[in-house]
Amino acid sequence: MAGAGGRAPLGLRRWLSSPAPAPRVCVVGSGPAGFYTAQHILKHHGGALVDIYEKLPVPFGLVRFGVAPDHPEVKNVINTFTQTARSERCAYYGNVTVGRDVTVPELQQAYHAVVLSYGAEDNRVLGIPGENLPGVYTARAFVGWYNGLPENRDLKPDLSCETALILGHGNVALDIARILLSPLQLLRKTDITDSSLAALACSKVKRVWLVGRRGPLQVAFTIKELREMINLPGARPVLDPADFTGLESAVRDAPRPRKRLTELMIKTALEKPVEMQAAAAAGAAAPREWGLKFQRSPQEVLPSADGRRARGIRMALTCLEGSGDSAKAVPTGAVEELECGLVLSSIGYRSLPLDPAVPFDSQHGVIPNSSGRVQGVPGLYCSGWVKRGPTGVIITTMNDSFDTAQSVLEDLQGGVLDTSPPREGFGLVESILRSRGVRPVSFSDWEKIDAAEVARGKAAGKPREKIVDPVEMLQIIGH
Amino acid sequence: MAAPGPARLLRAAAASSRRWLFSSTSPAAGPRPGYGGAAAAGRTARPFSLSARAVLSSEDKITVHFINRDGDKLTAQGKPGDSLLDVVVDNNLDIDGFGACEGTLACSTCHLIFEDHIFEKLDAITDEEMDMLDLAYGLTETSRLGCQICLKKSMNDMTVRVPEAVADARQSVDMSKNS
Repeated sequence: MAGAGGRAPLGLRRWLSSPAPAPRVCVVGSGPAGFYTAQHILKHHGGALVDIYEKLPVPFGLVRFGVAPDHPEVKNVINTFTQTARSERCAYYGNVTVGRDVTVPELQQAYHAVVLSYGAEDNRVLGIPGENLPGVYTARAFVGWYNGLPENRDLKPDLSCETALILGHGNVALDIARILLSPLQLLRKTDITDSSLAALACSKVKRVWLVGRRGPLQVAFTIKELREMINLPGARPVLDPADFTGLESAVRDAPRPRKRLTELMIKTALEKPVEMQAAAAAGAAAPREWGLKFQRSPQEVLPSADGRRARGIRMALTCLEGSGDSAKAVPTGAVEELECGLVLSSIGYRSLPLDPAVPFDSQHGVIPNSSGRVQGVPGLYCSGWVKRGPTGVIITTMNDSFDTAQSVLEDLQGGVLDTSPPREGFGLVESILRSRGVRPVSFSDWEKIDAAEVARGKAAGKPREKIVDPVEMLQIIGH
Repeated sequence: MAAPGPARLLRAAAASSRRWLFSSTSPAAGPRPGYGGAAAAGRTARPFSLSARAVLSSEDKITVHFINRDGDKLTAQGKPGDSLLDVVVDNNLDIDGFGACEGTLACSTCHLIFEDHIFEKLDAITDEEMDMLDLAYGLTETSRLGCQICLKKSMNDMTVRVPEAVADARQSVDMSKNS
């Protein structure tokens, strides 16, 4: 009875007196998709036992490692996830890499249903010359660095240049621009890592360009993040009114989100001269600034004279064929070069196949599925980014995870999942892990790490100081 | 921008731990100080009077009916000044995924649809609430976020509707009572 051991007299009694064995479900990945899927199954099935596996010792995936440190309110979902993890019918096993420490077929032996919610751990690559020069980073690595993701803790990005260029027009691109340009005192009280804060304190970056291949009507960021950027203290938006000519009428009948987003950009672009005059009149020192550049496709990251680092980028100008979301950027033949010592590619995350036993659509980077049921593999499900691709905000993942959970519940109710042969659940997995020398981290272990992080942050007035070294995490819990 | 103060947030988080139907353990542990507290820090508190609680009589209560996604009607009461998110949390109303960000205007999971005559009299909407509503599922002409709507006596007996979460409304399965 791993996962329910001792804590749950009521649930246990109910389970023992029930004629059918309790369905055992496991979820791979402890980000929002994993937790929302687990939550929905536990809530709507009074007997199901759910185990959540996580590669890292610590839970919550992108809520901990993706959500920007200055967005603590989004991290409130952790309170709900914590309640789920503390349920007597739920157990958390961190420090277990599915596909390496235990295979998916082994999990299928141990559980009636297996839900894959492991997200998108890779990123799309630019595929252009110079992409690997020092000074060029992926957004995913940069975000991982300032958020204390163990694998990115030694990134040490070079912030010694004045101009940074971010390729991409999504919320991650805006997050990075905001972190690069935020006044330090705004970041100091967040859970950004100490070492990133120290690096940002020495940063020379004062201008950030966000570059997209397509136009203002195709931007992927959402209006909350754009408004936040526009209102960022000490940073001036630089939008070219010419980029927005005629767009007001083009969005008149567009869906409300696109319409309001475009109108905010237009308003900001037109306001610019007034603000500049005001700043000039006040004799203000040149503030930090940021801007959106459209219809430019990166061709090459240009090396410095000694060839040792990035000094700029060459971009092909494009025109749009078609309209709306399906518009395609086609090079016009003209090119433009821009000086920038820091290039961040924020062109999307990408899921990777986990196990040869799981079908994978490498073209779209998702597991082929229907309402979360993995095609051709009964008893196997998926939710979150690995199910629908790496887009959307927290509510998108919540709904999508509830949808997958609903499929699991339907299959339990309709008998598609045969629960009459009992499954051992973690009991079986535990012996497999032990034979391979893997020691899982429990949720109460995580709570010790959590308490240590909160204690370390307290002195500096931060909500926490994240521990970035997995070895140190394991030391805290005596592993 | 109307955002909750620390006291209200903590209360909301603690109360939310009570609505777990599957949990038979005591919700003794409240919110995580690290994250819940962080959200509250630096935000302006909305007027909230603790002393008001003591003098409340039943006639000060305002009744609200919620039509849940499955069509079920949930009826609950709150005090003037309570937000609709407070009403859902304080009464343990079983609405899936409601109030994920705990009333900090960082999600749209407390999206509710109002009757026309009530909607017309609601306080003006901020840009920030509009921004989050833009991401809501099933947006209507009379949509608002429950965390931003505070109860008034004139709202007594109103009915609000929880929108469908997904475009193709699936028959929901609930096996929570069958074991």
